[in-house]
Amino acid sequence: MKPFVLGQFSSSTSWLEAARALRGKGHDDIEGYSPYPIHGFEEAFAMPRSRVPLLVLCGGLGGASLGYTLQWWCNAVNFPINVGGRPEHSFWQNIPITFECGVLLGAASAFFGLFALLKLPRLHHPVFDVNAFRSASIDRYWISVRTADTDKARADLAAAGADEISIVEETA
Amino acid sequence: VSANPLDAEPLLVGKNDDRSLTDSLFSPIFSKNGRGWWGLFLLCAFMTGMMIFAIAWTVGNGIGVWGNNIPVAWAFGVVNFVWWIGIGHAGTLISAILLLFQQEWRTSINRFAEAMTLFAVVNAGTFILSHMGRPWFAYWVFPYPPTMKLWPNFKSPLMWDVFAISTYLTVSLLFWFLGLVPDLAALRDGAKTRRQRIVYGIFALGWNGSTKQWNNYRWSYLLLAGLSTPLVLSVHTIVSFDFASSLIPGWHTTVFPPYFVAGAVYSGFAMVLTLMLPARHYLGFKHVVTMRHIENMAKVMLATGWMVTYGYAVEIFNDWYSGSPFELEQLKTRFVGPFAPYFWALIFCNCVVVQTFWSKKLRTNLTWLWVASLIINLGMWLERFVIIVISLHRDFMPSSWSSYAPTWVDLSLFTGTIGFFGFNFLLFLRFLPPIAVTEVKELAHDLKGHEPTGMV
Repeated sequence: MKPFVLGQFSSSTSWLEAARALRGKGHDDIEGYSPYPIHGFEEAFAMPRSRVPLLVLCGGLGGASLGYTLQWWCNAVNFPINVGGRPEHSFWQNIPITFECGVLLGAASAFFGLFALLKLPRLHHPVFDVNAFRSASIDRYWISVRTADTDKARADLAAAGADEISIVEETA
Repeated sequence: VSANPLDAEPLLVGKNDDRSLTDSLFSPIFSKNGRGWWGLFLLCAFMTGMMIFAIAWTVGNGIGVWGNNIPVAWAFGVVNFVWWIGIGHAGTLISAILLLFQQEWRTSINRFAEAMTLFAVVNAGTFILSHMGRPWFAYWVFPYPPTMKLWPNFKSPLMWDVFAISTYLTVSLLFWFLGLVPDLAALRDGAKTRRQRIVYGIFALGWNGSTKQWNNYRWSYLLLAGLSTPLVLSVHTIVSFDFASSLIPGWHTTVFPPYFVAGAVYSGFAMVLTLMLPARHYLGFKHVVTMRHIENMAKVMLATGWMVTYGYAVEIFNDWYSGSPFELEQLKTRFVGPFAPYFWALIFCNCVVVQTFWSKKLRTNLTWLWVASLIINLGMWLERFVIIVISLHRDFMPSSWSSYAPTWVDLSLFTGTIGFFGFNFLLFLRFLPPIAVTEVKELAHDLKGHEPTGMV
């Protein structure tokens, strides 16, 4: 496994600049870490468009279709229920539950889809081996470069303004 | 309070950097419980015990130990259910709708309000389950393949309720937890003891704030907000269908859905103020929950208070305009019948008291705001009582008219759920960050240089 070279930055501006500089120097396996999303990080780290919206669309439409089919099949096909002469298959009366099922499955795909895409929960990650990395969720910005050529990565991180650099091997 | 209305009150007071915000907002979690916390906790624990006893008594003896009977077949159980569900709605409004409208002032109060939503919906569920009489058959409401070969009747608004409430509880929980994950990671990293680090570490699910995580997280959060927005409107609409789709005079009216939703938001904001004003004082959150937040909440209450008032006016007008003798009799009963004091108290609590919020002096007076929020909470409870009990005790046939009085079981169950709400809330204040720390830090970062507070 390739080791991670980690660098800490104290301002979000230098962090974004460093990401652009590192990508310019040919590092393609880089990842940033910040306590909260920083405006413009998608461009600086060349993030691909998230696939969460697609998942939610499928989940929502799937939930709504499932909800509608369920009501139609239960109340009009499998065991028709005649309530005061109302139609057994009634489009408008099926709408509230159809809507709720769409929202339920859409929300569930937004939540569980997110963690599936991120491969979480994963309680340990090599970056946590660096004790100073604790600041990544509080008030500091980090960049990890995953490469076999650790010397070059270290030099490039230092040139980009990282004030603390460490190297971690993935132990698995 | 600034004299010039063009000068906006600040959203965050003082000089805050990421470290100081984190430390000050986590301080209630990392410090010891005060005496006040223990006192309230024991009181709420006692009331929770009372709730458990009342539930056990109801289950053990049957629903007959409650005061409701024909014709008032729905009473405390449904009144309290609708009241609690309504209180929950402000949480979703603050966290989802205000997020979509990019209202930055939501950030300091959303976590608090979302927790309130969860605990309120749990209490609402308690009433529904115990009102079933045989709660061990509660799963009959779900469409599982039963040996009896029967399915639920999906054309019934009560079935819509089942789906609406269970979806609402689930989605509120997911939304709340998703917002908590980055804060849990910060708690793990700031933990003072190894045990805290392990426990918060497990719940943080391995969050490390990487760009890949944020890139996907932001979409999930936004889409959950987008889904919650129509959901919250649908939930109280469907709750109002339980009444509006029946034929009972006083229930059979088309104005119910919008006016139930407005009333829900109204009572929910009142409850946020009831809880937030003391919490902000005792937990030291005055730098993130400022007068701007409090004033904005008062203004939302003034607006929703008028919507509710308009709803009452439309209801009364329609009763009169319909010319139906049953609707007119119902109207007369509300004005001068045996429960008339409840109706007039409702008008006073919901329509009159909130008018004091026109005055800047009164809506920024914290003591008055707190008292007013309690009065409005009471008023919204009375509204449900008036709609449900007064409508039912005078229906079509004078021969079936009767009265209603709650029993000690009704009263202990209701008081007990208030205690259970407080019990959950105190535990929440103790173990989880009541202010969304990550979001407040993001807001502070975005506000740098834009706000007139000299914030650095």
